[in-house]
Amino acid sequence: MADATLQHDSVQHGIRGEFEAPLFGAYSKKVGMWLFLASDSLTFGALLVAFSYNRISNPAWPTPFAKESIINSTIMTACLLSSSLTMVMAVFAAQRGDKLWLRNWLFATMGFGTAFIVLHGMEWSKLIGEGMTPFKNPWVPTVPQFGGTFFTLTGMHMLHVTVGVIYLGVIALRKMFLPILGALWLAGYFLIPASNVFHYGVHALLIGLIVSAVILFLKPKVYDAHDVEVAGLYWHFVDLVWMFIFPLVYLMSTKIV
Amino acid sequence: MHDAATHDDSKGQYFWVWGALLVLTAVEVWLGYKQVFQPVAMLEVLLGLSVIKSALIIAYFMHLKFESAIMRWTLTISVVACFVIMYLFFFPDAGRILRLGVK
Repeated sequence: MADATLQHDSVQHGIRGEFEAPLFGAYSKKVGMWLFLASDSLTFGALLVAFSYNRISNPAWPTPFAKESIINSTIMTACLLSSSLTMVMAVFAAQRGDKLWLRNWLFATMGFGTAFIVLHGMEWSKLIGEGMTPFKNPWVPTVPQFGGTFFTLTGMHMLHVTVGVIYLGVIALRKMFLPILGALWLAGYFLIPASNVFHYGVHALLIGLIVSAVILFLKPKVYDAHDVEVAGLYWHFVDLVWMFIFPLVYLMSTKIV
Repeated sequence: MHDAATHDDSKGQYFWVWGALLVLTAVEVWLGYKQVFQPVAMLEVLLGLSVIKSALIIAYFMHLKFESAIMRWTLTISVVACFVIMYLFFFPDAGRILRLGVK
């Protein structure tokens, strides 16, 4: 990309120095995504520190995660790790111009991401069903901050995974993804019972639909290998964050048998 | 910027990284489920394993290993410095509360 910038400078303007080679030697979209991810990592860092602080300073921390929860969260972890591999394969397919396999790998990545969201949603519903809210938990009433820190940290991550799946859907299908997203939002809203938190949480898809439509209609383009690589950076980051949440939240709170 | 040809030759390394990440996850699950260590020691061990896993993801899946040196070092130093500052401010305090027995 640095070469392209210098060529642009010499061919079109003939004035050296008008367009400088980028500092990082990478194209601007990639640098922009890295800077966003650096700032986002601090958001998650603060949430993880808050969770760990409370965990350490409360010896009576609840340990509600029994065998089935640990198995569930381990499968979720495997889903995200596998999705990172399929995302790498999608980047390779994009770089060699293989549109069919680019889509296939992106669909596989979205499938793993969706499986993660569904499994996590089931876990949340189970905990809420047992009486856990952001303000109290049924296991150790003297440690009410368990619910608040748990739902904030995992909810923020679930939102990032949802945004990631929508992002990959836009890259893979562009405007064709909009009706699919709309159908998913409507299906979620009408099929999930009103007593379930995800009856309202599914509106994240509507917000994603509106933002995606704005981007796709105001700046329509065919996404190239660079766009796929930048989307991949975001997706891997979501995987990366879970590598800290999983041990801190689940493995540090396994039920003592 | 890296190009496709450089990486197509070494696609297998990503499968090795994926396998290593799955194995490290299995170790974490075993340590956590068997509760091998006390909470503070467990937190340190699990965080250590998570740092190894995240380094593998950043270096290989996010391709930072193949970026220019200035990009690698600027990003790594700035983010790590922020985390060290957070750690130095908060974790000793959490331990202090524990020792003081604040309810």
